[in-house]
Amino acid sequence: MFEALSERFDGIFARLRTRGRLTDAMIAEALAEVRDALLEADVNFTVAAAVVARVAERCRESELSKSLTPAQQVVKVVNEELVRVLGGETLHIRYAATPPTVVLLVGLQGSGKTTAAAKLARWFKQQGRNPLLVGADLQRPAAVEQLRVLASQAGVGMFSDPVDPVATAAKGLDEARRLGRDVLIVDTAGRLTIDEDLMDEVARIESVLSPQYTFLVVDAMTGQDAVATAEAFNAAVGINGVILTKLDGDARGGAALSVKEVVGCPVAFASTGERLADFDSFYPDRMASRILGMGDVLSLIESAQREIDHDVAESTVAKLRRGQFDLDDFLQQMQQIKKMGPLSGIIGLLPGVPKEIKNAKIDDKDLARVEAIIRSMTPAERRDPVIVDGSRRLRIANGSGNAPGDVSNLLRQFREAQQMMLKQLGVGGSKAGGNKAASAKGSKSKKRKGGRVTPRSSKNLARNTSDTGRSMDGFGDLEQLAKQERLGAGAGWPTPGWRSKP
Amino acid sequence: MVPLIVTLAVVVVALSLTAALLIARGRARRGTLSSGDQPTPRPAESPPTPPGAAPRPTESAPEPPIATPRPLATQEGQAEPPRLRDRLGAARKMFAAYATSVLARGSISSETWAELEEALIRADVGLKTARKLLADLRDQVTSGAVTTPADLMAALETLMGDTLRRVSGDSSLAFEPDTTNVWLFVGVNGVGKTTTIGKIAAREMASGRHVVVAAGDTFRAAAIDQLELWAKRAGAGFVRGLPGGDPSAVIFDAVQHAGARGSNLVLADTAGRLHTKANLMEELKKVRRVAERPPGKVTEVLLVVDATTGQNGLAQAREFTSAIGVTGVVLTKLDGTAKGGIVVAIQEELGIPVKLVGLGEGQADLVEFDPEAFVTAMLH
Ligand SMILES: Nc1nc2c(ncn2[C@@H]2O[C@H](COP(=O)(O)OP(=O)(O)OP(=O)(O)O)[C@@H](O)[C@H]2O)c(=O)[nH]1
Ligand SMILES: [Mg+2]
Repeated sequence: MFEALSERFDGIFARLRTRGRLTDAMIAEALAEVRDALLEADVNFTVAAAVVARVAERCRESELSKSLTPAQQVVKVVNEELVRVLGGETLHIRYAATPPTVVLLVGLQGSGKTTAAAKLARWFKQQGRNPLLVGADLQRPAAVEQLRVLASQAGVGMFSDPVDPVATAAKGLDEARRLGRDVLIVDTAGRLTIDEDLMDEVARIESVLSPQYTFLVVDAMTGQDAVATAEAFNAAVGINGVILTKLDGDARGGAALSVKEVVGCPVAFASTGERLADFDSFYPDRMASRILGMGDVLSLIESAQREIDHDVAESTVAKLRRGQFDLDDFLQQMQQIKKMGPLSGIIGLLPGVPKEIKNAKIDDKDLARVEAIIRSMTPAERRDPVIVDGSRRLRIANGSGNAPGDVSNLLRQFREAQQMMLKQLGVGGSKAGGNKAASAKGSKSKKRKGGRVTPRSSKNLARNTSDTGRSMDGFGDLEQLAKQERLGAGAGWPTPGWRSKP
Repeated sequence: MVPLIVTLAVVVVALSLTAALLIARGRARRGTLSSGDQPTPRPAESPPTPPGAAPRPTESAPEPPIATPRPLATQEGQAEPPRLRDRLGAARKMFAAYATSVLARGSISSETWAELEEALIRADVGLKTARKLLADLRDQVTSGAVTTPADLMAALETLMGDTLRRVSGDSSLAFEPDTTNVWLFVGVNGVGKTTTIGKIAAREMASGRHVVVAAGDTFRAAAIDQLELWAKRAGAGFVRGLPGGDPSAVIFDAVQHAGARGSNLVLADTAGRLHTKANLMEELKKVRRVAERPPGKVTEVLLVVDATTGQNGLAQAREFTSAIGVTGVVLTKLDGTAKGGIVVAIQEELGIPVKLVGLGEGQADLVEFDPEAFVTAMLH
């Protein structure tokens, strides 16, 4: 799971083999790579330096020099350090003895406060509370209207008085008391930290409300400025929780680390989509992997949960194992994958994918070409491409607007891919300790009729796809990983859900 | 095509496995959790507009009973637009520290280089672009063209200025007199698309163009109202659809409406979307296709980028460009503490020019991108 960062170390520690001793220079180089990785993930410069310094300390102390795999060791230390910073104390909502419990949301313009307010209201409602939303953003045109619409979607009451933000907040508090609401969530206008008047205004709102919780709303795409923002808001109103938004994109999210390091209080919630339900607790371990570019498998799984049909997936695996995965299945899979976003983005999230594939230039337009070729084939041809002879090839080529060479290329590659997929699944005994059921099922495939891939032919894989075949060995642990995740799920592994942090 | 098929195969196996093993569980959980929820799903594909939902142009809808924005100092009766340099006062301070430190050294040392790299990274220029710029400077030092720290600072300023001017020298927006020009505004959520349209509408109206503003964000709650207020302030025409309706239908209507009235400029708002969402990027492509129908012609596709954006800005620019061909960047919120250096990387990697800069929430807080001022603000 740690390839992305350890790949960076390849060159550095490769010299170990020739020289046999780990030098300070090597460690320094590795640490410089760590720093670069953090900076590329938008971790603030100062924060990155602090993290690297702590990692350096631990690397010196630790058994790094004795370790046979110093690269893995460094990665492990870095990962632990990030999880430590991101994790730590978790947020327990403590409700006020005299209701309402007041929650104030602050942040820059466009960070996602209004949506977060509504999501939070829905969340409290699911906790059995009875929240009231207050729209104190009188600045942005139609912000109050936006909150009104979202509040009704969440089935939560909403109050605003378009005169003055501070007065609105105060009246909202009275209103909550009058209506007997036990939670009050106040949305405020986005503001720049250098705008003294507006910072003063938000401080006055804070003192009028004396909120139990003041959450800073931070866009996951934020760059270096995250620290300045967090510091300023913390100084003005005192932050005791962070809500990270727009995590459903592909930003590495170093801002999470920066903000956490600066304000020191927990990241309370993560916002992962535009629907009100896309709101979740925050998982430090996932965030650490994401920042280190180690593939956010769990996010990928969630995306798959949304987009991929479970029955189709199951039958695909079964077909793959039996070696019966044909071009029709391939086409169907392509459709599902396309729904999840650009291919390069998906690959980026997959752990352990060989470098050759990660680095390959992928143009989603080529997908369309592949699709066109397959669509120009008859069902019989898709089932059994062996029957594609010269004249059929020409017809397919013409039908899809490609050259006959493209068609044979595709068919040849598909044959290789079929074999590779079998290998990935551990069918044909190539994977020691692989899934027993898979091997058992796989052996049944020997009975199948000709023309398809057999376990025997899959043994020739390394030769057939010598350029990619070898690197494939690094892959294939996904099943293992997915299983761990499933086992872990029963044992308290964090799963998406509506619940307060343990 | 080799990598593509192999890649697909890898992805197929990986996803099928995880999906087969895990989805059942996820479903069950989600199912119970989302009960009682009324999400407003965004359409996976834009459905054809039902006849009843046809967008209708409104010229004089009553003022909706919503908050009026606090008047800004720069907004009312302002003769002169704000100047980039003046508004970047706060941003200057930080960089000044580096400049001072670099200049304080008698000679160019390894610390000098480290400090310059740090300064560029803190401005969100990104490692790759920063190193490219510094490598260029090193050559100048090696060749003897630059010898003192003061020269070095000046050389960096010149280098960045020249680099930016090469692509972003001309900040005018394309306009063809004999058609209905459509300027499309796109970007991720919350970057300032709608506000920028409000500002540009005012600017173009002031320069004598007849502007129609199209409320292409039918998704976000109250987005239509927000844009309508901006259109009113600018005195521009306004075409809206129904919330939840087909955005391309709204744009189509706006173009037809503008054509019929002899308006020659349509400013098309779109809902914020993450560039990773394939269905939403498809929706944009359709918007663009529809906007091209006569008499419409898309003459600008402006990607709005928030100055606080980090390295993800590059991915945004790449994906929006590959989907609908971005012609320029509008950099917003440069009135804050963020430096917006990501636009340097966007320009360097993708060749997309920066055209305009947003400097506040008022109607007049928009200026043309000025490479010199931008660099000066960064380096002093
Ligand atoms: N300080 C500052 N704020 C800005 C600027 N441009 C926009 N904003 C603010 O940023 C927030 C978001 O702006 P919008 O125009 O609603 O952004 P959008 O991209 O249309 O947002 P969505 O439609 O929700 O995706 C608002 O509060 C704006 O007032 C700017 O240049 N400076
Ligand atoms: Mg908008």
